[in-house]
Amino acid sequence: MADKKKPTPKLDELEKGPWPSFVKEMKLSAETNVAAQDLLGILERSYDEKIGHWKHGGIVGVKGYGGGIIGRYNDIPQDFPEIAEFHTIRVNQPPGWFYSSDALRTLCDIWEKHGSGLTNMHGSTGDIIFLGTKTTELEPIFSKLTEAGFDLGGSGSDMRTPSACCGMARCEWACYDTLAAVYNITMTYQDELHRPAFPYKFKIKMAGCPNDCVASIARADMSIIGTWRDSIQVDKDQVTAYASGPNRDIARDIVGKCPSKCMGWDGKNLTIDDSNCVRCMHCINAMPKALAPGKDRGATILVGSKAPIIEGALLSSVLIPFIKIEPPYDDIKELIQAMWELWGENGKNRERIGEFIQRIGLGNFLEQIGLEPVPEMVSQPRTNPYVFYDIKKG
Amino acid sequence: MATEITTRKTDIGPPHYQKYLPPVIQKNYGKWKFHEILKPGVLLHVAESGDKLYSVRAAAPRLTSTKTIRLFAELADQFCGGYLRYTSRNNIEFLLTDEKQIAPLIERLKKEGYPVGGMGPSITNIVHTQGWVHCHSAASDASGVVKSVMDELFPHFEKMDLPGKLRIAFACCLNMCGAVHCSDIAILAVHRTLPKINKEALPKMCEIPTTVASCPTGAIRPKMTDGKQSVEIIEEQCMYCGNCFTVCPAMTLADAENDGLSIWVGGKVSNARHEPMFSKLAIPFIPNNPPRWPEVVAAVKNIVDVYAKNASKYERMGEWIERIGWPRFFKLTGIEFTKYHIDDFRHAGESYKRSTHLKHTPAEG
Ligand code: HEM
Ligand code: HEM
Ligand code: SF4
Ligand code: SF4
Ligand code: SF4
Ligand code: SF4
Repeated sequence: MADKKKPTPKLDELEKGPWPSFVKEMKLSAETNVAAQDLLGILERSYDEKIGHWKHGGIVGVKGYGGGIIGRYNDIPQDFPEIAEFHTIRVNQPPGWFYSSDALRTLCDIWEKHGSGLTNMHGSTGDIIFLGTKTTELEPIFSKLTEAGFDLGGSGSDMRTPSACCGMARCEWACYDTLAAVYNITMTYQDELHRPAFPYKFKIKMAGCPNDCVASIARADMSIIGTWRDSIQVDKDQVTAYASGPNRDIARDIVGKCPSKCMGWDGKNLTIDDSNCVRCMHCINAMPKALAPGKDRGATILVGSKAPIIEGALLSSVLIPFIKIEPPYDDIKELIQAMWELWGENGKNRERIGEFIQRIGLGNFLEQIGLEPVPEMVSQPRTNPYVFYDIKKG
Repeated sequence: MATEITTRKTDIGPPHYQKYLPPVIQKNYGKWKFHEILKPGVLLHVAESGDKLYSVRAAAPRLTSTKTIRLFAELADQFCGGYLRYTSRNNIEFLLTDEKQIAPLIERLKKEGYPVGGMGPSITNIVHTQGWVHCHSAASDASGVVKSVMDELFPHFEKMDLPGKLRIAFACCLNMCGAVHCSDIAILAVHRTLPKINKEALPKMCEIPTTVASCPTGAIRPKMTDGKQSVEIIEEQCMYCGNCFTVCPAMTLADAENDGLSIWVGGKVSNARHEPMFSKLAIPFIPNNPPRWPEVVAAVKNIVDVYAKNASKYERMGEWIERIGWPRFFKLTGIEFTKYHIDDFRHAGESYKRSTHLKHTPAEG
């Protein structure tokens, strides 16, 4: 193996300091991998020139799949031939990102043999990212991955790899089983995940409670966020224990910060008017031993969040205020399919479902997918009097 | 080095969700009672059965070598029966049942350069994108800026000394693969110059109607150039969003002199207390200055410091700013307010102040 290490004075600066260094990681791989050596070289060049050296991706993939691989070529292959082709492979992560050490080593074995040895653990959507390999390696990697029980994630205009918070595996606040649900949905829609046929990408993220540790309300076309209908569970003894701890000011820090102003504290007793609680989690976060979400648990389903491209950023908005999330998840799948059908047929090229809903109007969207409008879907009714009355429908 | 292809399975999906759960989790799945943060980076979960699970959270760079993954696997074997997980912010968590193993594990992680922390009212890992390491669209490098900022903010990772949680995110172009738009502090790389049209390549690589349609402001028009179908851009209408480049590779935006970074503040995704919010523009532009981007680091540090000093307990950046008002935020941070802070895209008017609710200060002197 030819040693192609070149000096990287600028990047070397980033080996210093207390935070783990990506340059150290790149050098670790570069000890035994020429592609990683060239990657260091091209990045140093970018640091010198303040410009990137990657070309717009090309279409590459494995047989029978339309997504999961992102083609990547550099624009100075004469200088960096080992990374002339340097494609990304997205591998569907185990739900909740739990691993055994053996599983990790198996992934490493595959990737060291067939790629750069560099990864992202994990990419923004949740996938394991294998960063950089040649076209000829794609099929061998794919068959070894599936042999080891792993499959590709999504890319392009498909259902992107769904993701979930750790949920019931390690969180007492999970209001539904995020891991079971995300696994079931992922398995149900393997075709939609692997073969892009939508107007644009479609992301599903599942968070077990309103803390939303997977940022679903900001990053998913469909956000399924756990919540409860009955009363917050209160352990009175633990409330007392909390109150007697150091630097504790329940009136100021908990009651005073309740967004619904539905809590009271008289120095001894904590009261909660659950009918006015907006299930924000603040008091529960602050007193995890004393308070817990209620027992009648389910989720709120919201749709449409996205980053700015194209028409501006959106947060997801409420579609179903409360629903039980239980196997076999038929009601959720019916909803997903109704949305896909409508958007698939009427969405414009590169129009996310959030933008589609804004274009046709949430009211029309609901009508088409067969949902009744309810006041929970809006922060307030319209103020604009230009109403498209439809007297034929009544 | 093409290799033999063995069997070919498709559509098997990810591993089953129970496959890699440690026995203590299998046993207590859905039966956790409460948790507490024992110290920065160490979380204790207690199950109804009385079983205890300790999670030790360590910083990991998102760009990781398989050799480091092997190290993590080895540590998991040595200290916790071979089980670990990653968090949604690229940290690594070791899942222990033996309390006595916590201290030696932390010791070892520190020695290897993967410090423990990032829980509670702290700054945890910055979620970020590819940058110059791997993307064609990047206006800066993601990993380098993130490393530089975290080196500076590192004390807030190891301690829990902030009023509330502070989440930072980085994206290297407006595509925002990390969807950074709901972070306490978002660092967003931006292009500021017109797409450069490659006359030779465009007719071969791009479909004209698709390219024209890709522009959200209608700035692209078809135009015959040297007898070939091409396009032109109406300069005043371009907002450097890069949409055209996404569909047409022959319209590049990268520009060494004019690309750089912007800083946004006050977003959040959690529903705790205030509803989720977008981040808002604080600093429109800071030039790229690799390898350590000192101006960006200083700007972020300043915002963190002012927040740490002034916010009340539990208040996130955006909640604090809402309470004190934006004029005071700009005053306290010393950041200049410019015309770029005023929106002029689709829903611009919604951010204009339409009341007289203003906090005045008496005239000086
Ligand atoms: C129009 C908008 C977008 C475009 C055109 C776009 C394009 C791209 C491209 C070209 C890459 C490849 C980078 C590389 O070569 O490694 C990439 C990576 C990625 N993008 Fe996007 N992206 C967009 C928005 C988003 C959003 C909003 C998200 C997630 C919330 C996202 C998630 C990802 C992920 C997970 C990766 C893989 C690597 C990473 O995590 O950085 N993308 N995107
Ligand atoms: C002390 C109680 C809490 C515990 C034990 C906890 C647990 C966690 C865990 C385990 C993760 C990683 C999630 C994953 O990778 O699946 C996480 C991430 C996160 N948590 Fe929490 N959480 C707590 C409170 C909160 C609160 C109060 C908020 C909001 C105010 C919050 C917001 C978040 C966010 C935003 C993330 C990261 C999501 C992202 O990637 O952007 N959490 N939390
Ligand atoms: S979203 Fe809620 S249930 Fe899920 S890990 Fe975060 S705090 Fe726990
Ligand atoms: S969950 Fe939120 S709204 Fe409900 S009582 Fe607690 S702090 Fe108030
Ligand atoms: S944010 Fe932009 S530059 Fe960065 S990885 Fe995504 S598409 Fe590429
Ligand atoms: S960068 Fe954006 S605004 Fe400018 S021409 Fe391209 S698509 Fe239009």
